[in-house]
Amino acid sequence: MSRRILPFAVILLVVIVLGFFYKGLQLDPKLLPSALLDKPAPAFTLPDLHDSSQSFSSESMKGKVWLLNVWASWCAACRSEHPLFMQLARKGDFPLYGLNYKDKVFDGQQWLRELGNPYKVSISDLTGDVGIDFGVYGVPETFLIDKDGIIRYKHVGPVSRKDWREIIQPKMKSLEG
Amino acid sequence: MMKIKKFVTLFGFLFAAALFSNSVFASEAKLNQDPEIKERFKHLASELRCLKCQNQTIWGSKAGLADDLKKQIRTQIYAGKSDEEIVEYMVDRYGDFIRFKPAVDSKNIFLWLGPFVFLIVGGLLLVRYVRVRRKQTDEDNDSISDKDRLRAQEILKKGGDN
Repeated sequence: MSRRILPFAVILLVVIVLGFFYKGLQLDPKLLPSALLDKPAPAFTLPDLHDSSQSFSSESMKGKVWLLNVWASWCAACRSEHPLFMQLARKGDFPLYGLNYKDKVFDGQQWLRELGNPYKVSISDLTGDVGIDFGVYGVPETFLIDKDGIIRYKHVGPVSRKDWREIIQPKMKSLEG
Repeated sequence: MMKIKKFVTLFGFLFAAALFSNSVFASEAKLNQDPEIKERFKHLASELRCLKCQNQTIWGSKAGLADDLKKQIRTQIYAGKSDEEIVEYMVDRYGDFIRFKPAVDSKNIFLWLGPFVFLIVGGLLLVRYVRVRRKQTDEDNDSISDKDRLRAQEILKKGGDN
């Protein structure tokens, strides 16, 4: 009885283990699921990067679908997603808001002067406290926030054209619809 | 006369400033030296993962994010938050992964009990296997014929020739 079952049990075990490998080895350990997914985005009020007398409140974005891009002038990977953002901003209404994370005001401004400014508003998080509230662990990170202020998607690392075309754009469209 | 007055005011101001900063430093220093707080801080920072350098704890890491989170832990300890509240604060923001030691809850129960389940199942299979084998060898021993037994004994008696 057990003799006959044994080979099947072994084959089953191997298949299960291979299944785990197949799935597990394709996962990027650097990509962590956001604890804030489908939860309300943390409320914040921060000064504008270009004019610290102006402040920007996340409350004011209620009713809009928008993207919050966390970046810094010291972040090398931020440069690689920048041309895409510039292109999308030039093309039309692209609701991208920048959170300048743990940066110096001058450095942040300089970076935008040099590479162009795709952001509707740039906000300055000098201490990184808002970054902690958002669970930021590696810049660049991009959050997609819906009309009710709920985080619908989080992208860690630079946004590639493919990410935009296949993930972010469709999600934005369905949220706006 | 005016000069003396000015001097006295300035001196008074400096003295007050010195006193004030002294008291601020004193309370800060007291907190830093308080062994209980130090111990709590170390304990918490060693229970949380640095998400930038994933196999290190916040305690063991020098990454910028780890420093920020250390600062956050310290601030919250001073604010009188309990250890559970601080860990919850981190998990709310960074997810379960920030715990270096996973929580024992319904989601992770297999993680905690899995090894014991495997050990018990494996042990039971081993016991069964040994029993079956023993029974078989016993049967095999019994099945030896008298002729063979005699031959075996003769060989054993003659043994040592070669």
